[in-house]
Amino acid sequence: MKRSKLLMLIGTLLVTALLLAACPAAVPAEAPAADSAAEEPAMADEVVEIEYWQYNFAARVDAMNQLIAQFEEANPNIKVVHNADIPYAEFRDKIAASVPAGVGPDVATLFYGWQSVWIDSGYLVPLPEDAFPPAMVAEKFSPMVQASFVEGTLYTLPTAVRALALFYNKDLMTDAGLDPESPPSTLDELADQAAACTQRDDDGALVVQGFVADPAAQDHHWFREVLVRQFGGVPYTDDYTEVLYNDEAGMQAWNYLLAFHTDLATGDRDLFDGSTNAFVGGHVCFHVDGSFRLGTIAKNNPEMNFGVAELPSHNGIKSTFGSYWTHGLTKKAAADQARFDAAVKFLQFITSADAGALWVDIVGELPAQLEAGSNPELLADEKLGAFAAGLEYSHATFFADESQQRQAIIDSFDMVILTDEDPATALQIAADTDQEVLDDFWSSR
Amino acid sequence: MRFTLRQRQIIWAYIFMSVALVFFVIIRWYPTILAFNVSFRDWNVFEGSGPWVGLENYQEIWKDAGKPRSSVTAAFSNTVRYVLFGVPSQLVLALAIALLLAQIRRLSAVFRVAYFAPYVTSAVAVAFVWNWLYQPETGLINQGLDLVGLPQQPFTKSPAQALPSITAVAVWQNLGFAVIIFLAGIQQIPGHYYEAARIDGANAWQLFWRITLPLLNPIIVYLTVLGTISYLRLFALVQNMSPQGTGGPLKSTTTVVLEVYREGFSSYKMGYAGALTVLLFFLILLITIIQLRFFSRRVEY
Repeated sequence: MKRSKLLMLIGTLLVTALLLAACPAAVPAEAPAADSAAEEPAMADEVVEIEYWQYNFAARVDAMNQLIAQFEEANPNIKVVHNADIPYAEFRDKIAASVPAGVGPDVATLFYGWQSVWIDSGYLVPLPEDAFPPAMVAEKFSPMVQASFVEGTLYTLPTAVRALALFYNKDLMTDAGLDPESPPSTLDELADQAAACTQRDDDGALVVQGFVADPAAQDHHWFREVLVRQFGGVPYTDDYTEVLYNDEAGMQAWNYLLAFHTDLATGDRDLFDGSTNAFVGGHVCFHVDGSFRLGTIAKNNPEMNFGVAELPSHNGIKSTFGSYWTHGLTKKAAADQARFDAAVKFLQFITSADAGALWVDIVGELPAQLEAGSNPELLADEKLGAFAAGLEYSHATFFADESQQRQAIIDSFDMVILTDEDPATALQIAADTDQEVLDDFWSSR
Repeated sequence: MRFTLRQRQIIWAYIFMSVALVFFVIIRWYPTILAFNVSFRDWNVFEGSGPWVGLENYQEIWKDAGKPRSSVTAAFSNTVRYVLFGVPSQLVLALAIALLLAQIRRLSAVFRVAYFAPYVTSAVAVAFVWNWLYQPETGLINQGLDLVGLPQQPFTKSPAQALPSITAVAVWQNLGFAVIIFLAGIQQIPGHYYEAARIDGANAWQLFWRITLPLLNPIIVYLTVLGTISYLRLFALVQNMSPQGTGGPLKSTTTVVLEVYREGFSSYKMGYAGALTVLLFFLILLITIIQLRFFSRRVEY
C-alpha cells in the first residue's frame, strides 16, 4: 500500500519532468503574442501601430529614432514601435522565434546576404510594385541594390550601403620615398608601389608590408567583383546561377592576387593574424577594405596617418564590391491590410534620398540613392569620398551561402600558398566548389 | 497516512534526485532524442520543423564523403588522428608526472595546482594564449627558436603542423586532470607490495612494470575512455585556433563537432548536422564499448 503511494509519487514526478521537457518548444511562441494581441483591432481611421526591428548598434538606433520621429510627424495616424534591444549575435534567432508565430516586426532590417535564407523561410514578402517600381530602383539606387531582386522580384530596399576602397598609410609611403598624395590609381601602380614600400630586415623578415593579399579579409570580394571584371571577365552569370571566373580573365585576376604573396612577396597574411589587423596596427602600406573600417581605425589606432582612395582601375575599368543592410516587409505585415499599407509608407520613407543623407551623417554609411550619394560635399570628404565615388560602379555578389563561397576562395588560395598547387588547378577547384553551393541552392527552389 | 522515518528519508531522497532527473531529461535526453529526430528530416531552423526524409541526410553525408577534398572525410579522419596522437601522449606524460609528484613531499601542492590550472581554464582563453605563443615572427616559441638558431615554424598556419600543434595544446590542457587521478591511484597501492618485492630483490624497473602499472589498470582504462571521448568531441580549441575558426588551413584541423556546428549554424542544414551528430554518437559508443571490453581486466594480488 505504502509502496504503491511511493510509486505514484515517482510516477507523478516523471510525468511532470516529461511535460517540462516538451515545454521549451512552445514557450517562444507565446511570450511575444501578448503584446500584439492588444493592437489587433486597428480600424481605418484609428492609429495604426507597426513594429520595426534592427539589431543594437548605437549609431543606427540613433539615426532610426530621428527618422521615425520625422515619419510620425508627417503621418500622425501611424505609430512606429522601434525595437533595437537585440544584440547582433541573437538577432537572427529572435527573428526566427517571432516571425513564424505571426508576431515581431512588420519591417525588419537584415544583411543583404541573408535574403535568400529569409525568403526561403517565408519571412519576407515581395515589395509591392506600385510603391516600389523596379524601374525606379534601377534608376535611383546604387547598382549594387540589384542584389535585392531575387528571381526578378524585389524583396528589400536599403537606406545606406557600403563599398570597398583602397586604404593607404601615408607615413609608411613617405618612409619608402613614395608620394603620399598620389596613391596607386591603377593595378600596375599598386603592384609597383607595394613592392617599393616593402621593407625587410637583414634576415629577410618583413618589417613593413607593402600589400597583404588576404582572401579571408575583403580580398575574396575584391577578386570576384573587381579584379575579374577589370581583367575583362565577369564573376558569375547575371542571375548568379553559374560561376564564370574560371576563364582566362579570371586566371589573370587570380595570378595578380597571388603575386603579392609569391613573386612580389610584399606581405604575409599570417603575420599579425591577417591583413586587417596588420594595416590597423600600422604595419602595411596599402589595404583594400570597407567604409566600416574607418570606425575600427578611429578606435584602435587614432594616431595613424592614412588616406582612402578609390580602388585602382585596370584597362580603364573601375569596379568595387558593395554590400548593405536592407529593410524588408514581413509576413506579419502582409497579414493585415492597414498595417501593410503603413509599413509600405514607412519603408518608402526610410529608403528615401533624404533618409540616406541623414544616415550618412550619423552612421557613416553611404546613402543608397545615387542622388544623395553624389552630393558634392560627400564626394569631397577626405575619407568617405572614395567610397561614395564607388557607388555608381559597385557590384554586390548574390550569395547563396556567403561563408561557404568565401571559404572556396580561401581554400584555393591556401592550396597555392601552402601546398604549391598549380594556380590554374586551384582556381578551377574554387569554381567547382562555388558552383556546387550555387547548384545546391538553386535546385532546391 | 503516516510514513516511518526510514520511508520519509527514502521519499525525500527520490524528491531530491528527481530534480537532477528533470534537469537531465530537459538538458540531455530531450535534445538527444530531438537530434535523432532532426537527422531524419529536412529540418528548417526558422520553421522549427521539416518534412520526414528518412535516410536522405545520411545518404548525402555518404555522397559528400566520396568527393575529393571532402570536409566530412577530413573531419572524421582528423578526429581519429586527434585521438591517436592525443590520448597516448596524455596518458604517458600524466603517468610520468604523477610518478614524480608521488616522490616529493615539499611543494607538491604547488606542482599539483600548476598542473591542474589549465584544466579549469576556459578553452577559449587557452586557445588565445597559445595562438600568441605559436604566432610567426613575434610569437614566444618562434622567438625562442630564433634565439637558439633553429628555423621558425608555421605551427597552426601550416596544413602539416596545425593538427599536432592543436593536439599538443589539448594534451597540455587535459594533463592536470589525468595527473591527479593517477596520483590518487598510485597512493592507493599498498606499500607492503613494494616492500615484499624489494625483499625478493626486485629493482625499480620491475616494481613499476610488475606492481604499479598492473594495479593502475582500472585508472588507465578510465582515463583512456574519458580521454578518447573528450578528443572525439574536440571543438573549442579548433574553433579558436584555426584560421577564421573553420578547421583550416585546408581542412587540416577540422573535427566532426566543428562540421556539425558549421553545417547547422552557418549553412542552416540542421538535418545534415543532426545526422553527423548521430554518427558521432555511434562512433563514441562503439569505441567506448571496445575499450571497456578489451582493456578492463581485473588485477589482484
